[in-house]
Amino acid sequence: MRRTVEQTIEELLQLAASHFRVPREQLAPDDDFFEKLRIDSLQALELLTRLEHHFGIELPDYELQGVTSFRALAERIHARL
Amino acid sequence: MLDLSQYASLGEALRDALQRWADHVCLIEADRDRENCRLTYRQFQERALPLVRALQEHGFAPDERAAIIMTNQSKWLISAYAIFYAGGVLVPLDYKLSAQEHWALLRHARASVLITEFPFWRALRQEGRLGELPLRLVLVTEAPPDADLGEALRWEEFRGEGEPTFVPRRREDIACIVYSSGTGGRPKGCLLTHENYLEQCRSLTAIYPFSPEVRYLSILPTNHAIDFMVGFIGPFVCGATVVHLRTLRPEYIREAFVRYKITHMSLVPLILKNLERGLRERFAALPAHKRVALRALMRLNRWLTRRRPNVRLSRRLFPDVHRAFGGHLEMLIVGGAFSEPATLQFFYDLGIPVANGYGLTEACTAVTVNDLRPFRADTVGKPLPGVEVKILNPDADGVGEVAVRGKNVMAGYLDDPELTAETIVDGWLLTGDLGWIDEAGHLHLVGRKKNMIVTEGGKNIYPEDVETFFEGLAVKEFCIFAANYIWPERRLGDEQLILVLHPFPGEEITEAVRHDVLARNRRLPDYKRVHGYLVWDRDFPRTASLKIKRTILAEEIRARRSRADVHWL
Repeated sequence: MRRTVEQTIEELLQLAASHFRVPREQLAPDDDFFEKLRIDSLQALELLTRLEHHFGIELPDYELQGVTSFRALAERIHARL
Repeated sequence: MLDLSQYASLGEALRDALQRWADHVCLIEADRDRENCRLTYRQFQERALPLVRALQEHGFAPDERAAIIMTNQSKWLISAYAIFYAGGVLVPLDYKLSAQEHWALLRHARASVLITEFPFWRALRQEGRLGELPLRLVLVTEAPPDADLGEALRWEEFRGEGEPTFVPRRREDIACIVYSSGTGGRPKGCLLTHENYLEQCRSLTAIYPFSPEVRYLSILPTNHAIDFMVGFIGPFVCGATVVHLRTLRPEYIREAFVRYKITHMSLVPLILKNLERGLRERFAALPAHKRVALRALMRLNRWLTRRRPNVRLSRRLFPDVHRAFGGHLEMLIVGGAFSEPATLQFFYDLGIPVANGYGLTEACTAVTVNDLRPFRADTVGKPLPGVEVKILNPDADGVGEVAVRGKNVMAGYLDDPELTAETIVDGWLLTGDLGWIDEAGHLHLVGRKKNMIVTEGGKNIYPEDVETFFEGLAVKEFCIFAANYIWPERRLGDEQLILVLHPFPGEEITEAVRHDVLARNRRLPDYKRVHGYLVWDRDFPRTASLKIKRTILAEEIRARRSRADVHWL
């Protein structure tokens, strides 16, 4: 069964929390992930790789362009599922 | 390598290079662990000429401006060569900018041709207002089969038949318009001539000679002055191989080093520090006795290579480290922003020389470089051959503004004679950077005179460009400064922008305003964000046309406030 956007957001938040060792409850869909995870653009690319493995899709680097919130990133992922 | 003194234009030099090394591999394009294409110099020519022919059939004329917005890939270089072959002017734009910024620069440059990748074209169309651009031909690469391209044509199908006409250019003709900044305020389109590039390439290769054995990994955007020179023009006129990787993920970069036996790579300090962090984490996980041995070996290597690098020797001392970089790495080239001396020394001690230098788009690419004889982490090196550097109005410590003269200095800024006259005075390019020159002739940079910051990722950020994103704040007036411009400090690195807020009379900065600042900041790319705000209670000094007198305002703030008054975000 196809995931809903909300499910994709939740899975993304869980993955980000475990990858960067942040309690899941501290992350909200509209948070800025650079700020909340205290990561730079290279670390954000690492997250992209982790997401690719989880969702079984390919996410070109440019999908991060102009995206700062978990929700916006999840929407880009969802469009490729 | 080719004798570049014999050539009048980049097109002419590249054309000869493609013939001279016809059977040698010039370009490999990889994406993750896949190889998209591998081209010899002959095959590169065979891909480019039908493109030139088609451009000419569509009326592409000498001096016509063609912009490229693409990630690092083979079609970037093929398209650039085609533009030079046809005598055009290349406008390389940063693909990382937003569609709105692309639109503004395309309009400013008055580019009539655009060559771009599908996602950027889609974003530009969504941005709208295409009708206000002077574009008459758009070529889009890698568009999905059913994609709606509007008026654009597919790059892959844009092919003409028959021999195209090579259009000669003179050395003083403009080769490229490169934007050094100004996407939100005053665009700075540097007019760089064929002479600028040919002479810059001559002086760089005199210090760091390239050869057909060089395999250069290109990860910095090719629109960036460094990669354009060190990852395109330089390798091509020396018959070297360029490897493009269509992802910047560290794991694939590591794999590419091994798979393609990379010998050289350019990077910005941000990536260099990332590599350093990875290595330090690996070292920290070693047993104590191995850590002690490693430190001893690093000291030994430093002593053994105190006069010049000896990479072969260092590879024997640190086989694991060098194997992780593929075992063939000769040198890393770092630029675009200030590098920490400790980071440079760390790599040198491991036998990986890092060529550090100083440059700016207005001076084509580089002004000074470390020639590594001996290696020095504390300076940005000596002026390149044919480039003069002097310090203007030095103070008691010898510190003053760095000025540059040479054949690498741009012709001026596009459509901005006023700014050009302020920037190039009596043939000297005023860089706005502060420094001093030591007895060995090495340049030391200590700060900036200009109201700007340079990020670790090599981006020049001008406060005026960021201000547009804060328009409409519920305050009487506001402006943005580089913190170092108000309170000069003799250091570079970790540079910050601050927002000066002047509330309405009788009001303070409310929680709502603070939230608005935070929210707007979050919508900006991380490198453009302000780092704090300062509350100011006087009217900004303004000109008759109501422009803020920034120098005077900075002086007033300096007299009455300190860094401690900034509310850091």
